[in-house]
Amino acid sequence: MSEQVPPTTQTEAEAAASDEAAEDTPEGVTTGASSVVRALENTGAEYLFGVQGGAIMPVYDALYHSDLNHVTMAHEQGAAHAADAFGIVSGDPGVCLATSGPGATNLVTGIADASMDSDPMIALTGQVPTDFVGNDAFQETDTTGVTDPITKTNYFAGDEDTVGDVVGEAFAVASEGRQGPTLVDLPKDVTQAETDVEPGEAETPDTYNPPEEADDDAVEAAADAIAAAEKPVILAGGGVIKGEATDELRAFAREYEIPVITTMPGIGAFPEDDDLSLEVAGMHGTGYANMAITHCDVLVGIGTRFDDRLTGGVDSFAPEADVVHVDIDPAEISKNVHADYPLIGDAGRVIDQLDDELDRRPDPSDRYAEWREQVGAWKDEYPMDYATPDDEPLKPQFVVEVLDEATDDDTVVTTGVGQHQMWAFQFWTYTEPRTWVSSHGLGTMGYGLPAAIGARLAADDDQSVVCFEGDGSFLMTIQELSVAVRENMDITVAVLNNEYVGMVRQWQDGFFEGRRMASEYSWCPDFAKLAEAFGARGFTVADYDGVEDAVAAAVEYDGPSVIDFHIDPEENVFPMVPSGGKNGKFALKADHLDQL
Amino acid sequence: MTGGLPGAAPDERPHPDGRRNSQGVRIDPEVEAEPEPRRAVLSATVKHEPGVLAAVSGLFSRRQFNIESLTVGPTEDENRARITLVIEEPDPGVEQAKKQLEKLIPVISVTELEPTASQRELALIKVDGEAPDQVQSVAEMYGGEAVDASQETVTVEITGSRQKINAAVDTFRRFDIREVVRTGTAALERGAEQTQ
Ligand SMILES: Cc1ncc(C[n+]2csc(CCOP(=O)(O)OP(=O)(O)O)c2C)c(N)n1
Repeated sequence: MSEQVPPTTQTEAEAAASDEAAEDTPEGVTTGASSVVRALENTGAEYLFGVQGGAIMPVYDALYHSDLNHVTMAHEQGAAHAADAFGIVSGDPGVCLATSGPGATNLVTGIADASMDSDPMIALTGQVPTDFVGNDAFQETDTTGVTDPITKTNYFAGDEDTVGDVVGEAFAVASEGRQGPTLVDLPKDVTQAETDVEPGEAETPDTYNPPEEADDDAVEAAADAIAAAEKPVILAGGGVIKGEATDELRAFAREYEIPVITTMPGIGAFPEDDDLSLEVAGMHGTGYANMAITHCDVLVGIGTRFDDRLTGGVDSFAPEADVVHVDIDPAEISKNVHADYPLIGDAGRVIDQLDDELDRRPDPSDRYAEWREQVGAWKDEYPMDYATPDDEPLKPQFVVEVLDEATDDDTVVTTGVGQHQMWAFQFWTYTEPRTWVSSHGLGTMGYGLPAAIGARLAADDDQSVVCFEGDGSFLMTIQELSVAVRENMDITVAVLNNEYVGMVRQWQDGFFEGRRMASEYSWCPDFAKLAEAFGARGFTVADYDGVEDAVAAAVEYDGPSVIDFHIDPEENVFPMVPSGGKNGKFALKADHLDQL
Repeated sequence: MTGGLPGAAPDERPHPDGRRNSQGVRIDPEVEAEPEPRRAVLSATVKHEPGVLAAVSGLFSRRQFNIESLTVGPTEDENRARITLVIEEPDPGVEQAKKQLEKLIPVISVTELEPTASQRELALIKVDGEAPDQVQSVAEMYGGEAVDASQETVTVEITGSRQKINAAVDTFRRFDIREVVRTGTAALERGAEQTQ
């Protein structure tokens, strides 16, 4: 993989002009806007994703002299997803910018997405001048009102002397404790107003004190339960990755030889090629993970919110298990599934505490041997498989496997939402944290491409970025291809094109007696030509023979490439636990659905 | 639907007997253990800044907590306000409401008050003014007083527990109530104990 060209939206002439202008630029803060920019610089932010507009122009003007890299996106939704993915891959909040009104509302989907997945992100929105606020002025929206339910916290910055501190605080709140998006609304008069107040250090407010260590007695009780268990499993959620606790998790699971299941956001927390890994549980999780969850006697959930796509009907979720729940957010404890052993604290710290406590007891792992054998038997009984006869249309699973083979272990995968998203996690073997970037909680179609742009900038230069898209998802944000081309980003987009909004078609076939209302997409454009029109490389593949060559060429190409894979339009995702169903009663084929 | 995977059919697999209720609590499969709602008074101190009340009420409606009343006002500390919330929820819901409230950044602290806490509500009851003397004497029975009288109406102010106000409103019905406004509950822990 070749080096990334650092993104720049300036031409050389502009750069020269800006160097000149920089010479007579004062060093210190001069306006609210320059204070905002200074605050961002202080946090170590590198990239900003945004779109210009009237109310945010003073901030852009202040960026003119800054070393921060601004990536102009084609749509604000793209800016939010790119910032979100940047946060997932780098661990530091991604920053997006938009103007007031339509700019801010276009960010909303991306903010909600980051909120549902607890991704660190900060959004800065322009606002009409304070005197106009509340008067339905041109491009006015009550942005803090609109985003209140989908941000960790948000701010209306009313004072040029403190606006920099507010931005710093927003950044700190986004990344500390349970991560999430924050927003600062910036009225134009405030960003334009003169001030020489330098922002202080980025700090969370004193009312915000995320817990560190779990209560000792609670840890002791949980360790007793684990030590007494016969059929334990660990369920690792996204919080393990967000909390940088993958090393602790891996060491803990291996020391006590406890099988590990991940949630979808937890993919990469534990290597899927490890014997102890059962991969992902839930609606489209593996049969063996769902069997293990259904039959375990102690379930150690770490950094998971027990989403309903994971649990199925809560009445049948881990129905025999005592639940140990480790989470940094007390509100997650017993929200969806009652925690018998609540452990509130930082994931890595609490795993260490549990480990220390278990060390004082006889090693329980021998007692788990029979259980591990049972779990192994389920792995043999319910293998993840698919049929690849040569005369059949191309199977999407095969495409995923070939791309996995052709790229390194640390490749970052991003996805849209639908069947392709499911195949992308089922048939790719994830071994590293921060290599799976997908929209879980909100399930936002169109997430994949802008996320790939954010991921590309956060990833190391020698890491590959592969984006799986469905034809429907791809069309939702395809305009961001212009950004990937402009910045010459090395991204491989694999469209699993079934000429359907496939997941909808699958549900219609399974649950609506095959009435395929509005799920046909036979008016798909020629994606390869469209890619070429944007200035990217385009490939079309319709059979098995073409897959490897196209993948090799696309991966080799230094820049964005799109491979339009015409896959079997009737292929479905299995296993499947119907919505609200019992995890142990997953369907392995269509006629199983009738039995459930 | 085409495709499919190998493995035993759903009914041929072993299935456990256990069960959880709708709150995710593990229960005896034979019993229907669904938690009963109860009335809880939550008291929250918050930063005295714009938008806090909207954030709190938005949170409660968004999460579908069953609110009976919500009052807010300044405190002895000019930087802090106190919000008193009365909700009707099963125990897990009360716990969840507290924790969600605590998560809001401008919220400083949240406590659930004892049922013995001092709880007061104020009502203004406007009734037909044909028999002002009788209205006055009923008001006195409830420790209230007339605060406005016109040719046609008398408005009475009553303060007290929610039950007392319910009873007063009921009694005033005989004078043909025109309008009632109630503040919702304000509450403080009894004795020297500080309401956090
Ligand atoms: C923004 C948005 N709108 C609608 C949906 C509902 N939805 C979920 S999956 C899906 C179909 C996805 O189709 P496609 O992107 O072609 O992927 P496929 O399932 O065919 O792989 C739809 C419409 C959604 N998740 N997001």
